[in-house]
Amino acid sequence: MLADIIEYDFLRNTFLTGLLIGIIAPLLGTFIVVRRLSLIADALSHVTLAGIAFGLLLEKKFAATIVTPLYGGMAFSVIGSIFIEKLRGVYKAYEELAIPIILSGGVGLSLIFISLADGFNTELFNFLFGSVSAVSQKDFLSILGISIFVIIVIFLFYKELFTLSFDEEHASVSGIHAKRIHFLFIILTALVIAASIRIVGVLLVSALMTLPVASAMRLARGFKQTIILSVIFGELAVVLGLFSGYYFSIPPGGTIVLVSIIILLLSISAKRFTFNSKRERESA
Amino acid sequence: MTESVVTMNKIHYAYDNKPVLSNVNFEIPRGALMGLIGPNGGGKTTLIKLILGLLKPDNGSISLFGQPINKFKEWNKIGFVSQKSNTFNKGFPATVFEVVSMGLTAKIGYLKFLTKQHKEIILQAIEQVGMSDYAHQNVGNLSGGQQQRVFIARSLVNDPELLILDEPTVGVDHENVQRFYDLLERLNNKRNITLLLVTHDTGIITEHATDIVCLNRTLHFHGDPKEYTSLTDRDLSNFYGHPVNVVSHDH
Ligand SMILES: Nc1ncnc2c1ncn2[C@@H]1O[C@H](COP(=O)(O)OP(=O)(O)OP(=O)(O)O)[C@@H](O)[C@H]1O
Ligand SMILES: [Mg+2]
Repeated sequence: MLADIIEYDFLRNTFLTGLLIGIIAPLLGTFIVVRRLSLIADALSHVTLAGIAFGLLLEKKFAATIVTPLYGGMAFSVIGSIFIEKLRGVYKAYEELAIPIILSGGVGLSLIFISLADGFNTELFNFLFGSVSAVSQKDFLSILGISIFVIIVIFLFYKELFTLSFDEEHASVSGIHAKRIHFLFIILTALVIAASIRIVGVLLVSALMTLPVASAMRLARGFKQTIILSVIFGELAVVLGLFSGYYFSIPPGGTIVLVSIIILLLSISAKRFTFNSKRERESA
Repeated sequence: MTESVVTMNKIHYAYDNKPVLSNVNFEIPRGALMGLIGPNGGGKTTLIKLILGLLKPDNGSISLFGQPINKFKEWNKIGFVSQKSNTFNKGFPATVFEVVSMGLTAKIGYLKFLTKQHKEIILQAIEQVGMSDYAHQNVGNLSGGQQQRVFIARSLVNDPELLILDEPTVGVDHENVQRFYDLLERLNNKRNITLLLVTHDTGIITEHATDIVCLNRTLHFHGDPKEYTSLTDRDLSNFYGHPVNVVSHDH
């Protein structure tokens, strides 16, 4: 694949895009997991699908290329995230209710757009499960822009995001603008999801945001270490997943998730191994 | 007369028409180690939320450090360890150092970063609560009492003049409760921090507090611990609405 990457532009775009989302998905995913919001990623990815379908519909029926599927997905994802926040405010004691509402809304809208366009076939399949050949130069540049934005914002607001994630009440009492920071966070989430879908697909995007984090949490000490390990695992999963997907002609969503699960299993047994050996030493 | 850090005047508060506090008049003198006791649902946490500005009274006035609460800006003078802090997500991957550093987040301000000096302050606070050996352990792996110390350290980094603790010793065993109160007395004496401590541990608090306040809808007692311990069981059961034994921890 390496030679092909150098030779074919579209593969190079895919590979570089993969490297980018291998950073931003687990980076943001760490905050999502510790706040127990993993399911929000799923809900938003389905809303993003509606936006993608909308973009495809415009392309197909009206040959309108202003709203590319990526931008359509981004717009829907951001709007969806705002809706989730509103719903979580309305159902304070049942915050998780927002998730099925938004998720089913996203799927419903997607179905409507898809049938209005009389179906999309392969392209839709690519969006569901990811693709090694779907990334255009234009998409790559947009995703590069999103990634730089996300990384800079997280860097600048790291301590606020971290403080808020650990203890929302304490954060607000101490004078952090919890609502605004949370809003920023949810917008970032929407952007990262929209960016990741090209490679891993709607159905598996939340996996790339959560599995590397689940593995990292087993091994890391502290939050910074968890982030760093998550990103390393994310990159590993993306690179190995893309290569194997390319060789075996499997959508990379599938291979990336499988690699992530293998990493997870290894990290669980690694932890058990160190724990056991410590116990053995103590009892010896 | 000693200056008071908190003054509450004729406070009324209701949650959606369900009155919780009525006509509460209350003062915390500077330098006090005040124990706030009372039955479950008596309104202790509500009272604290009013002091912290998380709730607004329906009636009456509150002043903090001599200023009306709506003019008060120096919130970092007040440290708070909430009743919920021991129900935090135990799987959260954060070291003791990282948790204590969160106390400085608001003070440092947006778009600025932890400096060497901040790190010194954090390590000092960790030392003051006797947790230096655990600074780089994940906080979820510590015992309940140790976690409470970490949360106190998180408040101490702001150099608070008033520290409010809502039931910090729940689930802490007897020996560690004793050490915990020693720590509080040390903070009170050496660092001159005024303390407001909510607890159900009526026995041990009377040994350490300078003032005791009993709250059930309204204040039923406000005075020094000796007076409180001399209250008859009948006074207490009137106040609690059921018979109580004052559990003593003297051995
Ligand atoms: N957010 C809320 N909405 C409605 N009612 C509330 C709310 N919080 C507390 N209450 C009610 O107000 C009353 C006082 O509650 P509060 O938490 O202040 O009591 P407390 O003295 O701290 O009790 P505990 O010892 O159990 O902590 C209780 O009857 C409680 O049910
Ligand atoms: Mg309470």
